[in-house]
Amino acid sequence: MKVTAQDVKYIAQLSRLIVPEADLEKSTEEFNQILNYADILQKIDTTGIEPTPYVLPISNALRKDVAKEGVTHEEALLNAPEVYNDGFKVPRVIE
Amino acid sequence: MDLFKYTAHELHEKLVNKEITAVELVNSVYARIDEVEEQANAYISMSKEEALAQAEKVDAKIAAGEAIAPLAGIPVVFKDNINIAGQVTSCASKMLDGVSAIFDAHATENLRKEDAVFLGKANMAEFSIGNTTDNSFFGAAHNPWNLDCVTGGCATAAAVAAGEAIWALASDTSGDLRQPAAYAGCVGIKPTYGRVSRLGLAAYASSMDQIGAVTKDVTDAATVLNAICGKDDRDSTSWAVETPDFTQALVADVKGLRIGVPKEYFGENVDAKIKAEVEKAIEQYKELGAEIVEVSLPHTQYAVRTFYVIANGEAGANFARYDGVRYGYRNMEAQSASDMTARSRNEGFGEEVKLRLLFGTHVLSKGYYENYYVRAMKVRTLIRNDFEEAFKQCDVLLTPTTPVLAEAYNTEMDAFAKYELDFTTVTANLAGLPAITVPCGMVDGMPVGMQLIGKVLDEATILKAAYTFEQATDFHKAMAPLGGNK
Amino acid sequence: MTKYTTVIGLEVHAELKTESKAFCTCSAEFTNVPNTHVCPGCLGLPGTLPVLNKQVVEFAIRAGLAVNCEIQKYNKFDRKSYFYPDLCTNYQISQLDKPICLAGHIDINVDGEEKRIGVTRIHMEQDAGKLVHSGATISTSDFSAVDYNRAGVALIEIVSEPDMRSAEEARAYMENLKAILEYTDVCDCKMQEGSLRCDANVSIMPEGATEFGTRVEIKNLNSFRALVRAIEYEVERQKEVLAEGGRLIQETRTWDDANGVTLSMRNKETAEDYRYFPDADLVPVIIDDAWIERVRAELPELPAQRQARLMEQHGLPKYDASIIVSTKAMAEYFDEAVKTAKDAKGVSNWLLGDVSAYLNNEGITISEFKVTPAHLAELVNLTKDGVLSSKLAKKVFTEMLKEDKAPGALVKELGLEQVSDEGAIMKLVEETIAENPQSVADFKAGKDRAIGFLVGQIMKKSKGKANPGMVQKMLKEKMQ
Repeated sequence: MKVTAQDVKYIAQLSRLIVPEADLEKSTEEFNQILNYADILQKIDTTGIEPTPYVLPISNALRKDVAKEGVTHEEALLNAPEVYNDGFKVPRVIE
Repeated sequence: MDLFKYTAHELHEKLVNKEITAVELVNSVYARIDEVEEQANAYISMSKEEALAQAEKVDAKIAAGEAIAPLAGIPVVFKDNINIAGQVTSCASKMLDGVSAIFDAHATENLRKEDAVFLGKANMAEFSIGNTTDNSFFGAAHNPWNLDCVTGGCATAAAVAAGEAIWALASDTSGDLRQPAAYAGCVGIKPTYGRVSRLGLAAYASSMDQIGAVTKDVTDAATVLNAICGKDDRDSTSWAVETPDFTQALVADVKGLRIGVPKEYFGENVDAKIKAEVEKAIEQYKELGAEIVEVSLPHTQYAVRTFYVIANGEAGANFARYDGVRYGYRNMEAQSASDMTARSRNEGFGEEVKLRLLFGTHVLSKGYYENYYVRAMKVRTLIRNDFEEAFKQCDVLLTPTTPVLAEAYNTEMDAFAKYELDFTTVTANLAGLPAITVPCGMVDGMPVGMQLIGKVLDEATILKAAYTFEQATDFHKAMAPLGGNK
Repeated sequence: MTKYTTVIGLEVHAELKTESKAFCTCSAEFTNVPNTHVCPGCLGLPGTLPVLNKQVVEFAIRAGLAVNCEIQKYNKFDRKSYFYPDLCTNYQISQLDKPICLAGHIDINVDGEEKRIGVTRIHMEQDAGKLVHSGATISTSDFSAVDYNRAGVALIEIVSEPDMRSAEEARAYMENLKAILEYTDVCDCKMQEGSLRCDANVSIMPEGATEFGTRVEIKNLNSFRALVRAIEYEVERQKEVLAEGGRLIQETRTWDDANGVTLSMRNKETAEDYRYFPDADLVPVIIDDAWIERVRAELPELPAQRQARLMEQHGLPKYDASIIVSTKAMAEYFDEAVKTAKDAKGVSNWLLGDVSAYLNNEGITISEFKVTPAHLAELVNLTKDGVLSSKLAKKVFTEMLKEDKAPGALVKELGLEQVSDEGAIMKLVEETIAENPQSVADFKAGKDRAIGFLVGQIMKKSKGKANPGMVQKMLKEKMQ
């Protein structure tokens, strides 16, 4: 299932990654090679086969509704690239 | 005394018998690191101060006549995707360089209880993506058996083989624990998915990631499992099953054990020299009284592709948190939040990681999800079914751990051929099964590993089979040239 | 001109009243200090894992049963991916194809007409954090700060069928749903504070058509009034677009309450591709019959049942009962008051009349109302017993709002008891007759109006305290 350069741009945008225009053709080709590789899976007969999202045969891993202390405010912001008003500073949210 | 050459259980004896102190031991290992690290590049960071403090605590306990745990005072290196509170967990990526962990992994907590001594963090493929350390932000690590060769997906085993650690705590998503162990002549065990809590392990592929151990012999592997396995309420996928005393399995006896040999693991895509070594091991097992059964795992040929779709899909979501907002690398020029995130990710991730993330997004996106992701999950079922069928005929499966020897860094290999190298190990991750690699031969001066795959939760049988082989052979005693001769 | 039918469906997010968050043990309580109710998981740090709070499942089952849903035995969680700074992992844990509740309904009544609105599904998910902007609004801010205190708080999303045909129906549905969530105690339902949030899907189609028109999703509806205004505005907007020969686009719009308009949110081409897939960090939740039946048995009385009870037990008119049950607090206030009140309808009249007017005026809810149900009941009884005229009762009520005193005590303090003593009234009657011979003559000449004047004079003399019924009766007798 081949994709176009336009598709690759869309995928990059969804992934919050950048594929520079100059590399677009090369990246698309590379991407199609990967798809070609994965496409072999299309040949397998999976009729009637249930998917496996989890390997464990367990269910209901539930915990009691008890609140506990989290981390300190300082620990929370320890690795923050930029801080503003006790929050994680980010540039403007709407372009 | 070159204490770094011993196994954990040997060193434990020495500590208990007061032949050595834990401080002497950790100093010996650090001295060794000073000696070889420049060539090996196995470490990303070290924590000598903390390690010495931990060692002193153990010495005080011994001096006070207190009993010590089997791993107390034993220096261990962590793969740099497992948290030690207060230390950086970088995942060998620019993205997380300098990001301090604010909590311990569950395995780390357990090792603290054991009074293990934490040496530092080992080099790895960026975010465990790729089966060499080529893409590490901190440069590639080198195989102590031949510095021109790769270490595999992380440098934990290289560190152990080079004497830079007594054992290593590592993770295994596609074989990135067992393959480096095989490449370095070490023992590597990946327990059943759910045996060890994943809390504090930076997620790659959540449905397959599992923490395990790289050690010098099977006894150490069993000892480590005793320490790190067990239910953790903070991981929903931590399995509430009893943790047996794995050292009970250390019995040299394979009489009547049915060892399945899957023909798909001995095809043309496996180096003939490796096959020859593994076949010798099979002969050895026969002599030791095991029954050899030929079995088939017909969907093995699709395993890496299946893994590739599922793991990258999961990684796409797992790595979405690396956005430059709360921690990690941030592009400081961007004028909007979304541009900041895109540029941070673009600059913070390496090329291979980015390619995988793009693919991971694609297989989950509208119009492709059914054809790729759902289909891969179905093929995963087929692969699990293969194992289920095979285990009706045998107790364990025996395969080569890797289809090739640790290749040289300058080897020209097509990307997809490189992916396919994982086919021997990745199946156990897809099915969540326990698997161990033990050294079983030498080819061209490089170690060869054989893999034993067990039934779900049946680590005991693979440990027993591995131990029996180890006791009958000397491969585990071989030291890497960089590790010196024992 | 083409006549159109409006089609509305609502998506309601309710924050659950759990102690801790949905997937971590941080407190779910609101706090003003940013990033204090957080843990490594709320910050999306590597190595963190979700573990589901059992109470979330419990509440979701309860809400589902209360809106007549079928509880699904097999539940799983999925990741819904989109990048936004307030979402710490950039995916939301939600339920895609296996929601906990399916196929329910809520009955509404608009202008006396009963209608059943379908509830498509209810699913469990987690909330995001909050952005605090440096400027007045998101678009005028150069930067923002992210607070993850709310990140991970448990939500249920309740999705209706597109069964509503007017803003009033949407309002009625939302009011009923809110009451149900309050009664079941799963959500505190503070729309202004965002613990109950509503998005409306609005489309129009030519009358008689069977195929719905292009759907527009409206966000930021944080009051009933906003819901009604936004829908009404949006319907007109869509009609205008079509009247001008334009084409509607499927988009998300936000309600600008200050200007009374819906505004298109930047139509991001990627916004809708959420890449749902199963979350392997969680395991399925299997709900057995015993669990469902236990929750069902523990369900409290719901608004509809309560309304029926108020009508049957207290003889309230349907209108009164429906308003009283519309909020749990009001219904509880009523139930408490009628324990001692001799006249249930009297209590209802106060609640629907002066009490509601006061609450609206003050912008408070009945939970914050200072007059106790017992005091209101006493006031009702004073009127019923003829101690207070309705006019004086209002005066006493005004005093009760000022100070926390029993109405009986206030009546004494202010000397407001109604005078029903025959001798005292007779004295006033005689005085008045003597002072107003002309009016008496008029009355005797058959001018009935004259009696009104005389009663008024007597009431004035008594400072309003004389029992008006007795005054009238005795005056007539005396003049006959």
